[in-house]
Amino acid sequence: MDTKTKKRRKAFVDTNDCVACGCCVKVCPKHAMEIWKGVMAKVDMERCVGCGKCAKECPASVIEVKEVLL
Amino acid sequence: MKKHWYDYLWIASLTYLILGFFNILFAWLGLLCFFIPLLISLIKGTKGYCNRYCGRGQLFALLGGRFGLSRKKDIPRWMKSKWFRYGFLTFFFVMFFQMLWNTYLVFSGVQDLRQVVTLLWTFKLPWHWAYHGTWIHLGVAQFAFGFYSVMLTSTVLGLVTMVFFKPRSWCVYCPMGTMTQLICKAKKKDV
Ligand code: SF4
Ligand code: SF4
Ligand code: SF4
Repeated sequence: MDTKTKKRRKAFVDTNDCVACGCCVKVCPKHAMEIWKGVMAKVDMERCVGCGKCAKECPASVIEVKEVLL
Repeated sequence: MKKHWYDYLWIASLTYLILGFFNILFAWLGLLCFFIPLLISLIKGTKGYCNRYCGRGQLFALLGGRFGLSRKKDIPRWMKSKWFRYGFLTFFFVMFFQMLWNTYLVFSGVQDLRQVVTLLWTFKLPWHWAYHGTWIHLGVAQFAFGFYSVMLTSTVLGLVTMVFFKPRSWCVYCPMGTMTQLICKAKKKDV
């Protein structure tokens, strides 16, 4: 498979319903999560390895790990 | 992951609830959980309190996570909807002002001190053992009873949703969390 179009698992936040609690930040082993200006969580796509820990923890269940082509 | 000093603030939250059982005047300390998050959001424009320091959130994470007292199911949709979160915040405010009003009545001598803790805005629990009749004004004690009621009520609600849904479900509709997020949203616009 071509490395440029490899499938990768990444976390995606439904920012509308995110409560910016920061639970995801606390559990992410890759420090890929950040709370942007106290408003919503943001994923650093470079760092995220799609492990899904944040999705499990999120009290509002607004994180989904999806496969994407990178 | 590396632990910081602030990862142990859940001990402070737990101690607070216990102290209030023995002496209601400790309830006043709870004001810290109101002013610190508000100041952080107003000054820094972040939810730093929720994200780092809130001992209550940590306590739920610990009990529901490590101690397994949670079903870890998704919270129902309506509970994370804006109308519920803002509605709960409004309701909380109304009840809070009612509590302040009662304090005022006791302060001005219109009403007697009620040595009860009101759970879920309804159930009056006897709590007289925590009041030792001090030199302090009765109104000061009334506020303590009222404030402790607020803190205990939110803890109980938080524990219930912790058991049914994810450990920190309370954080979805916690009035302080909602309010600080609103402040941050407003601040983000005017910069
Ligand atoms: S845990 Fe969920 S609700 Fe909380 S900040 Fe992260 S994405 Fe948002
Ligand atoms: S999926 Fe894993 S690596 Fe990616 S943001 Fe969530 S916890 Fe971090
Ligand atoms: S939402 Fe409420 S309980 Fe959760 S971390 Fe923030 S202040 Fe604490």
